[in-house]
This record gives sequence, C-alpha cells and structure tokens, in this order.
Amino acid sequence: MKKLMKGNEAVAEAAIRGGMRAFFGYPITPQNEIPEYLSRRLPEVGGVFIQAESEVSAINMVYGAAGAGARAMTSSSSPGISLKQEGISYICGAELPCVIVNMVRGGPGLGGIQPAQSDYFQAVKGGGHGDYHMLVYGPHTVQEAVDLMYDAFDKADEYRLPVMILGDGMIGQIMEAVELPEMKDPATFPKKPWAADGTGIGKDRRVINSLYIEPDALEVVNHRLFDRYELLKERETRYEEYLTEDAEIVIVAYGTVARIAKSAVNELRARGKKVGLFRPITLYPYPEKALNEVAKEASVKKFVTIELSMGQMVEDVRLAVNGLKPVEFFGRTGGNVMTPDDIVDFIEKE
Amino acid sequence: MAVVFKKTKMLTDVPFHYCPGCTHGVAHRLVAECLEEINCEGNVIGIAPVGCAVFAYNYFNCDMLEAAHGRAPSLATGIKRTHPDTVVFAYQGDGDLASIGTAEIIHAAARGENITVIFINNAIYGMTGGQMAPTTLVGQRSTTSQAGRTVPLNGNPIRVAEMLATLDGPAYIARVALTDPANVRKAKQAIKRGFDMQLNKKGFSLIEVLSTCPTNWGMTPVQATDFVKNEMTKEFPLGVFKDIDKA
Repeated sequence: MKKLMKGNEAVAEAAIRGGMRAFFGYPITPQNEIPEYLSRRLPEVGGVFIQAESEVSAINMVYGAAGAGARAMTSSSSPGISLKQEGISYICGAELPCVIVNMVRGGPGLGGIQPAQSDYFQAVKGGGHGDYHMLVYGPHTVQEAVDLMYDAFDKADEYRLPVMILGDGMIGQIMEAVELPEMKDPATFPKKPWAADGTGIGKDRRVINSLYIEPDALEVVNHRLFDRYELLKERETRYEEYLTEDAEIVIVAYGTVARIAKSAVNELRARGKKVGLFRPITLYPYPEKALNEVAKEASVKKFVTIELSMGQMVEDVRLAVNGLKPVEFFGRTGGNVMTPDDIVDFIEKE
Repeated sequence: MAVVFKKTKMLTDVPFHYCPGCTHGVAHRLVAECLEEINCEGNVIGIAPVGCAVFAYNYFNCDMLEAAHGRAPSLATGIKRTHPDTVVFAYQGDGDLASIGTAEIIHAAARGENITVIFINNAIYGMTGGQMAPTTLVGQRSTTSQAGRTVPLNGNPIRVAEMLATLDGPAYIARVALTDPANVRKAKQAIKRGFDMQLNKKGFSLIEVLSTCPTNWGMTPVQATDFVKNEMTKEFPLGVFKDIDKA
C-alpha cells in the first residue's frame, strides 16, 4: 500500500528498512526532517540517534560506528556536507561503509535553502583530500530515493565505501505516495570480520586506519581503492533512457531536473519534435559508455544538458560525448527551478 | 625461577618509536596495565590521535581506530553507542584535544559519553616539530613562539581538566604527572579509576597526564622532568577535579 510521505521522511524510513541502526546528524535546512524523523523512529528499532555538536563531529561519529561494524549514516545539506569532507576522506581511506545523504541547496557559502545541483563536482570528483570516490546516486523521485536508499547499505558493505544519495531540496521537501519496502533482517547481513568490535587480540587485532607512512604501502592502497571503482563501473553503473531511440535532440539531466525534463520531452514530442532524455542514476560511476553509444547514433544531432547549477555535470557529458556531437547547456541557479515550459522554450528557440 | 615482573599483555611487542625521555611510553604502559587489571582483554577498543601517539594503534593489544586530528571523542561516541558494553578509550595529545578538537571533547564530556580519555599534556606539538600548543606556558619557547609565548599575541594556556570539570556530564576528571615513582603510581590509580567509572556506566572520564617532550623543549630528560615538576604544575595543578562518587 502506498503512503503519502515527505521525501526526507521517506528516505529516513527506507534507511531503517535497509538496515541502518546508527544515525549522527546536525540540523540544516532543507534536510531537517531526516534527523527529526530518525530521532523518533530509531529508538523503536533499537537503533542509535545522536544530534552531534557539528557536522564535523557527526561524520566522525559515523566513522567510529562504521569502524565498529554498524550500518551508520549521516545526512546534511550543502554547507554541512562541506564540513563533512574531512571525515568522508578518512572513511574512504579507512575503507569503511556508510551512507551520506545530501539534500543539496544553492551556494556558494550559505547560498540559499532552495533546491540546487551545485554540489555535483564535490560529490563525484572527490570533495575531500586525496584520491577517492564514492558511489553516488541521483534519484529523480521520492520513490526512487527510497529504492536506492533501501539497498545503499548493501552496496556500501559490499564495496566498503561510502554511498552518497545526492538529492536536492525538492526531493527532500516534496510529498509523494511511495511504496515502502519490507524491513530487512539485520541477521541476514554479511558478517564484518574486519570491524573493530573489541574482540581483537594479538594477530587478530583489527586496526581501522588511513595512515600509511611508507609510500609503497600507500600506493598499494590507492590502487586497491581504484580497482574497486573499476568494479563499480562494471557492475553498478545505472541510467535510464527515455524516448532516445529516434531522438534528434537528447536532453541529459539527473535528479529533480530529469523529472521536469521528462514532462518537457512529452510536450515536445506532442509538438512533433524528436526529443529524448538520457538520465544518469549513478553520478559516480558516470554512465559514460552508454552516453557515448547514444552520441554515436546517426539520428542524434545534439545534446542539451540541463542542471540546477552553472554547469557541472555538463563536463562529464562532454567527456562522454567526446566531440561526436555538440553539447549545449541550460541551467537555473539560486534555488530557482525551471518549469517544463522553460525547457520546451529553450529547445524550441534553437 | 619465579617471575616477579613482566610486561602487560595489553601491549604488543612492537617497539615504541618515542624519543628518549618522552613519557608517552610510561603513559602507554599505565593504560595497558589498567586495561589488564580490569580484565577487559578481548573487550576493548582504543582510538589513536593525530600527533606523536598516532602509531598507538601499533602498541595497544586490542582493536584500534586511528582518528582524524581532534576527532577521537566523536569516533569513541560512535563506537561506544554501537558497543555499549565494550571498554572504549581515546588517547589524545594537547594540540589534538585542546586545540583542533575542543568542540568534540567538550560535547563528549557534556553528553556524559561513557568513555575514558587519556589526555597527554606536554605543552607542545611534538610530531610536527615543536610548535606552540594551547597548553604552552607563557614565556615558553616553541618553533612558532620563538621568543616565548606572550599573552597579548597568544592568550593564556587552557586548563582542560578544570574547564571540563565545570560540566555535569563527567564522572571523573583528574590531572596527574609522570615525574617520579610516587606520581606515576598516582597516575595509574587515576587511570584505573577512570576505567572503573566506565565499567560502572557512570559516564565520561578524563585523565590529564602532564608529560615531557625533551626533544622539542630542547632539554635533557632530567631537565624535562624538572620542568614538568617545577613549571608545568604551577599552571596545571595536580589533583582530582571531579569525582561523582565523592561529590
């Protein structure tokens, strides 16, 4: 049975149903319903909720809990995610699983509290120091956010890295009817022999660490991480193609914008224009090969990348298209969200 | 032949990397001996800091996590809330705890996190080469206060034990010094009491340990020990600042 839920609360419930039992967060708009909901809900399932003194502390509590074997999570919005970058880098270096939700708002600085996609670079290119990536999802509906969150901890555990749900203020604040999946049974989760649960002695001690003083040792770790990212590219890359088969113009958009773009595609099709949508679901790994295949289609004349930013994902689109076809850009910022008509007008005026 | 003394089993056989005359080694041993005495072998998780004790994860014979600079209390919180019946301790220096990690230590103490923090105060940043610490004495020379720390420029040292003792969360706060056998024994008693508080789920405990850094102070080990005894204890008086069982 479907239930009408706000995006933030639906994501929080999906995390619990996916096995999350430890949440550490700090208030910031527009994601406050996540910690609020979890402060009430987690104790009901024997989980831990703590409001930390800062984002810095919250992500380091996640580091501790994840290192001790918990399915741990934090959520925030852009300025808070900036503060978490130190901890994210350490968690990646220590090869720990966790989930981080970013309900993106406008920036830079305090920016605004309305939806934006201007944290794309930060999420997919690094954000913190050092060579690392996260598995980054860009859901375009509340239902998709629920579904991605539900399995996010399985993915994090499998690859021992953070998974980021890169939403935006719209995904967090909108109310939609969602189908909530069944509660997963924590007893079925794979064991974590690497976790520091306190039982380690002598040779069996677990050391959770990201410090490798010997250059050769650190280089081995760097390669190990990037071998894992290659696996992600092979197995976890996800995208949706919508009416691209005969398309002459292919819109590339993710998240909230992709949903708006779908409406625009329908309207343009009704007007006889052959327009389609390519929608990355994983933002890292980016569906580069699939997009390159689309670019090879003879029917495709050009791409239009649409974002709530000054143009960030468009760089990955250009890398994937690799000069085969022109790539144009249309963006709104500041928390302004384009309407389907805005997209229709942009395409029509060409 | 009867064994009259042996190294505690809660330390590994990895040789310490600490400088001659540094008291980190003594502090490690005291912590490890206390861990053995409270019988928590196989039920303890430690957190190493950033600073000279960064490699502590090589020395304590238990599961260990290496924290980012100043964040050990946050890691300890995440760990303890995941394993409430496991002994959790953080080992931090003065730059780590009293400068970059002030928010984390104050709020862990305020929450009454049931953890034990060993706070090594040697009035200097050791690992990075002798820079001024939040606990560097007024007039004390460091590589970033080369004519000596001055109040107009740098303010006064922070007395962590006294500051945290003003909060309601802590169960036990003490300051000890590793200057001579009598004080080393007192230090061990204080550390033991901190762990006992944790075992009895009474809340946060912190033991500030006045320590030496002959290398970065430019002193011999004997001079450094005298400096702790004669100078540091004036700014940082020894004693118990909070003990909820003796309130």
